[in-house]
Amino acid sequence: MAEALALELKGITKTFGSVVANKDVDLKVYKGEILSILGENGSGKTTLMNMVSGIYYPDSGEILVDGKNVVITSPKDAFAYKIGMIHQHFKLVDVFTATQNIVLGIKDGKFNIKAVEKRVREITEKYGFNIDLNKKIYEMSVSEKQTVEIIKVLYRGADILILDEPTAVLTPQETRKLFDILRKMKKDGKSIIIITHKLHEVLDISDRVTILRKGEYVGTVETKDATESSLTEMMMGEKVELNITREEPENLTERLVVENLTVIKSDGTVALDNVKFNAYGGEILGVAGISGCGQKELLESIAGLQITTKKSSILYKPDDLGPQQLVGKTPREIRKLGVALSFVPEDRLGMGLVGNMDIIDNMMLRSYKTGRGSFLNRKQPKSLATEIIESLEVVTPSASTPVRRLSGGNVQKVLVGREISSAPKVLMVAYPVRGLDINSSYTIYNLLSEQKKNGTSIIFVGEDLDVLLELCDRIMVINSGRITGIVDGRTATKEEIGLLMTKSVEREENNE
Amino acid sequence: MIATLIQRAVVQGIPLLFGSTGEIMTEKSGNLNLGIPGIMYVGGISGVIGAFLYENSLATPQDANGFLAISIPLLCSILGSLIMGLIYCFLTVTLRANQNVTGLAMTTFGVGFGNFFGGSLIKLVDSDVPSITLTTTSNYFRTTLPFAESTGWFGKIFLSYGFLAYAAIIIALGCSFFLNRTRGGLHLRAVGENPATADAAGISVEKTKYLATCIGSVIAGFGGLYYVMDYANGVWSNDGFGDRGWLAIALVIFAIWKPKSGILGSILFGGLYIIYLFIPGLALRTQELFKMLPYVVTIVVLIIVSIRNKKENQGPQSLGLSYFREER
Repeated sequence: MAEALALELKGITKTFGSVVANKDVDLKVYKGEILSILGENGSGKTTLMNMVSGIYYPDSGEILVDGKNVVITSPKDAFAYKIGMIHQHFKLVDVFTATQNIVLGIKDGKFNIKAVEKRVREITEKYGFNIDLNKKIYEMSVSEKQTVEIIKVLYRGADILILDEPTAVLTPQETRKLFDILRKMKKDGKSIIIITHKLHEVLDISDRVTILRKGEYVGTVETKDATESSLTEMMMGEKVELNITREEPENLTERLVVENLTVIKSDGTVALDNVKFNAYGGEILGVAGISGCGQKELLESIAGLQITTKKSSILYKPDDLGPQQLVGKTPREIRKLGVALSFVPEDRLGMGLVGNMDIIDNMMLRSYKTGRGSFLNRKQPKSLATEIIESLEVVTPSASTPVRRLSGGNVQKVLVGREISSAPKVLMVAYPVRGLDINSSYTIYNLLSEQKKNGTSIIFVGEDLDVLLELCDRIMVINSGRITGIVDGRTATKEEIGLLMTKSVEREENNE
Repeated sequence: MIATLIQRAVVQGIPLLFGSTGEIMTEKSGNLNLGIPGIMYVGGISGVIGAFLYENSLATPQDANGFLAISIPLLCSILGSLIMGLIYCFLTVTLRANQNVTGLAMTTFGVGFGNFFGGSLIKLVDSDVPSITLTTTSNYFRTTLPFAESTGWFGKIFLSYGFLAYAAIIIALGCSFFLNRTRGGLHLRAVGENPATADAAGISVEKTKYLATCIGSVIAGFGGLYYVMDYANGVWSNDGFGDRGWLAIALVIFAIWKPKSGILGSILFGGLYIIYLFIPGLALRTQELFKMLPYVVTIVVLIIVSIRNKKENQGPQSLGLSYFREER
């Protein structure tokens, strides 16, 4: 490891109103190393890095670049000190091309897109990026967008790169590719800071790990001296056992029979193609697949939010009624029958929660129809909110804090907690742990397992194959809108699923 | 007859073109300035005040200096619109007030401002009719190329306008070039699409919004000036400008935020606005139906654009939203 310090933080403190995001944090980054910043959600990792990249300004503390004290009040200042940050929510203009986004904000030299393209190509070749520079951002996959972000930062000549949860939305293959590129940059003498909570990635890529807990600096360790359990202990402040309890499914009852389910998107492409499967009460059915392969459309069809073709059939079999055809029913009727959808989208506040309302009011979004006449019943949601805050350990000043003031992971806990609380017969969850730290993730996994024991049929769309294999009884693999196989969660291997995930994609590429 | 219709359509369209070009520049920065109708009033009356003071300072109209007769109203108009633009920016960008409410207030204020000073001037000259006439200034504004008369229909369609009409088209083309071909244009569009991204890229969001909105206001203000000095032959009468400001905002949508399309759009709108004069035998009430046409066309375009749902044809993504960096 090189000895020269690239970046140093001393005693950084930042508060938002009454919420303390960072308190007296120190940090050192050397040239030519990869440093992970590890911490639970709400531990202030992103806020800390936002201060380095000029989005926020610290209340107190010093920032040193190359040993010199600097003041960073805007992203422009950060670029001047060769610091670039790739945010978790990409900062790209949708209707611009990759090149236009890359050149955005640079003011020196003549404005010449051709010359810019040439320089960008030099960068892509040097580090091995694969990207079409004339593609518009809104036509790109998440991984491509991330590539544009990284090139953008490199184009500005950044020597210190900060990546906020870079792998949260990538497939295992894309992650490997990203890590290869990061290693090349490290060899090139660049300093890389990765904000993450995935322990195996920390151990895989970084040289050193700095751990934050509740906004405070806990310590820094060399990765080679660390293990998953030692890091967890530092992160949580206590020893924790992380296990998913998966019991044998009992009393399997058929709940959903899906046949011929086809969804055609408004632009004419087929999102789901003749999907056929059964889901049973008392089991967790996992759904694996590369993102954007129809997972969203599948769940939305069952919840009544998608328009399906006429042949489609989704038969729901509750205990007390005869089989119910869900196709053609409104989302409200479906929810009343006991089919709940807890969809955690890329933007957590986008679907399901209202950011400006507090936790209680968000609970009420599900129960506002109860209560007398036109008056709301606030008592029930209030006790429910308190219950969720306690059982899921939501970090919030109070139940009446607006949801958007909570950190991402806590927002997610509120959302999942609310859906589970309605005790549905069929519970669909998509990416319920996206962006969550390990501890809260396992809380949610175990909540789902508990629901399964109570006889709920759970459909779980996930992205981490290790978790799917640990949690689910059966795993259905979806690929370009088709089901390419349903495997047993206890006997299947990661490779087997990975193969099903990519098999027909390759075939499609050949067709082109 | 066709040549006359086209010529009248252009004359009707020029104020709309100024207004819509100004509004496009403003909206591209993410500011939805519904104060444009008011700003066009202020641009007009400011020019009128300047011209009035200049004409009154002369002993006889023959003493008028062509350069001063044009530049004084022009500068007054710029000043008036600029102040309106600055007020709007200060409220919406610096204080982050709601853009719709601010814009509507600016329109109400601008129309009232125009009518107040218009009424005051009318009172000053003790006129018999409720209007004020600035013939000398208007003649300078309406000066056409000398050979326009002698070239028949060609001259009528292409050469028979005052210099502001040509300026409108040049400004629209210039804005189109600026938005699509220059770095400044790229930055401006980025601010309107996604201010957080622009900010992170080191572009000053506030400065960009101020500049775009103020320049847009000045351009729109020319529309008011052109209307009084050229179209109305230098006659200011209260409320004479009518609903043209709103038509200009409709034209922005019609032109799907492209200044170049605004040129043809403005002539089309201008034509639709006056087509009732060219259809014989219309009763007074059916005329009103025809005056609706530009708005009907706008709604149809909105429907078509929404159905086609192409991202490039939508308005800027964060149009109408205030930006605050530390907001979560």
